[in-house]
Amino acid sequence: MKKTAIERVKLARDPGRPHFCDFVRLMCDDFEELHGDRLVSDDRALIGGFARIGGEKVLILGHNKGSTVEENMAANFGMANPDGYRKAMRLASLAEKFRVPVVTLVDTPGAYPGREAEERGQAEAIAKSLEFFARLRTPVVVVITGEGGSGGALAIAVGDRVLMLENAVYSVISPEGCAGILWRDGAKAPEAAEALKITAADLKKLGAIDEVVREPAGGAQKDHAATAAAVKEAVLASLRELAGVPADELLERRYAKFRAMGNFYS
Amino acid sequence: MSWYEPKTEKPKIPSEKDVWAVCPKCRSHFEKSAWRKNDFICPKCNYHGRLSARERIARMADAGTFVEVFRAVSYSDHLEFHDVSGAYRDKVEATIAKSGETESVVMGTCEIAGHRAMLGVMDFAFMGGSLGTGTGERIARACEQAIAERRPLVLFSASGGARMHEGILSLMQMAKTSAAIARLKEAGLPYISVLTDPTTGGVSASYAMLGDINIAEPKALVGFAGRRVIENTIHQKLPADFQSAEYLEKHGFVDRIVERRELKGFVAKMLEYFGF
Repeated sequence: MKKTAIERVKLARDPGRPHFCDFVRLMCDDFEELHGDRLVSDDRALIGGFARIGGEKVLILGHNKGSTVEENMAANFGMANPDGYRKAMRLASLAEKFRVPVVTLVDTPGAYPGREAEERGQAEAIAKSLEFFARLRTPVVVVITGEGGSGGALAIAVGDRVLMLENAVYSVISPEGCAGILWRDGAKAPEAAEALKITAADLKKLGAIDEVVREPAGGAQKDHAATAAAVKEAVLASLRELAGVPADELLERRYAKFRAMGNFYS
Repeated sequence: MSWYEPKTEKPKIPSEKDVWAVCPKCRSHFEKSAWRKNDFICPKCNYHGRLSARERIARMADAGTFVEVFRAVSYSDHLEFHDVSGAYRDKVEATIAKSGETESVVMGTCEIAGHRAMLGVMDFAFMGGSLGTGTGERIARACEQAIAERRPLVLFSASGGARMHEGILSLMQMAKTSAAIARLKEAGLPYISVLTDPTTGGVSASYAMLGDINIAEPKALVGFAGRRVIENTIHQKLPADFQSAEYLEKHGFVDRIVERRELKGFVAKMLEYFGF
């Protein structure tokens, strides 16, 4: 039976779901992490480095969630500070310089809402990241693997191909947040989740994503290896598609793709 | 009860809300006429109150030069969104009927102290100035027209963030507008962003923060996450001036805080320095 939106939200947030480190371990033949934004800190909520996927060199970066409370505390539950987004831009610049494609894995409840985050320019960091990835002269393949939480997700989700796992969700606001405002009752999250159309199938129909990647029966948490294999295959197919495209054309296409969101020309 | 003698004929006094304006920042009371005479600026704390898009355009564009564009680009309801109080379509149509505006940003070509420009002004009264697909489309088109006509872009933001009634497509407007701004800048054209009260959420996290010059009005609220959300996350009270224009300037995210009466002159001066 088809799952409801809120059931998918629960699956997307399942602590047993594969996270960035699981995907890297299962998809990549090699991974060399690179740290820090060269400004303030090394954000553990958003990490990345050079890697090989099926022999292809890539720069892989993504939100880092843990499977245990301790891991999650260390990774700030995948909620990045401005430092994380600035690190992502720094690493992606290296990829651009050395003509290596970028793969991003998106899994965050949202950008961190904290005092220091505001003081160091959370809004500016996300804004810059959107502008930066729109003009990055190397292919960018995005995979929404779990929670695609608003601006904090989008900041590393502007790419040439946007893939999404079947039970992942991607939304402008959390169902709880939306229910709190528009239903004046956070408990109405199931209604808000339906209304917001946040599932992979709905987002594909709306044109916000390009491709849905199937998960093993019961969800990704049941079989990490099979999930990672499916993601790997989809990422490699996207990289092959984008490999020969000249940078100018890549940027034109990427611009046209996001330019069309909202369907004013159809 | 001799001290209380109800008069048989009460003088008809106007209701409190017709007479008094309350400064939302310092809670001082003023006569409405005084508030208006001071250009909606609090005489006590210098908070710069909200203006409608039309009021703002009247203060920025040279008389008779503003030509509105993209008025036919309005909201879209791809989600057929309903919440507990009804359909988004009904709400936004009511806003359109009441305000006479068709989206949360008004866009047009004009001259600013003799400088040709593309001027956009968000209107907080239109769905909280939220960034919908129509808003994003107008901004993207404005960038493209500005590139074609070699006009600088001056954009006033006033917004609670993305318009959740339009779901993921409202989020995507952050990417769309930022990409359009990036192309405008690559074309060598200036982008002046003016942050007015309030500029938060997805708007601050996209085009509003991307100005070649970021200007803010005194005391404007500018930030990403809401104060209450942050207080609930960190379990701490935040300083009173948190997320104010002054706080942002101190932390390095706005170039200048400019008084309303000096704004037009300052924007014109920057355009002059940029050679436009």
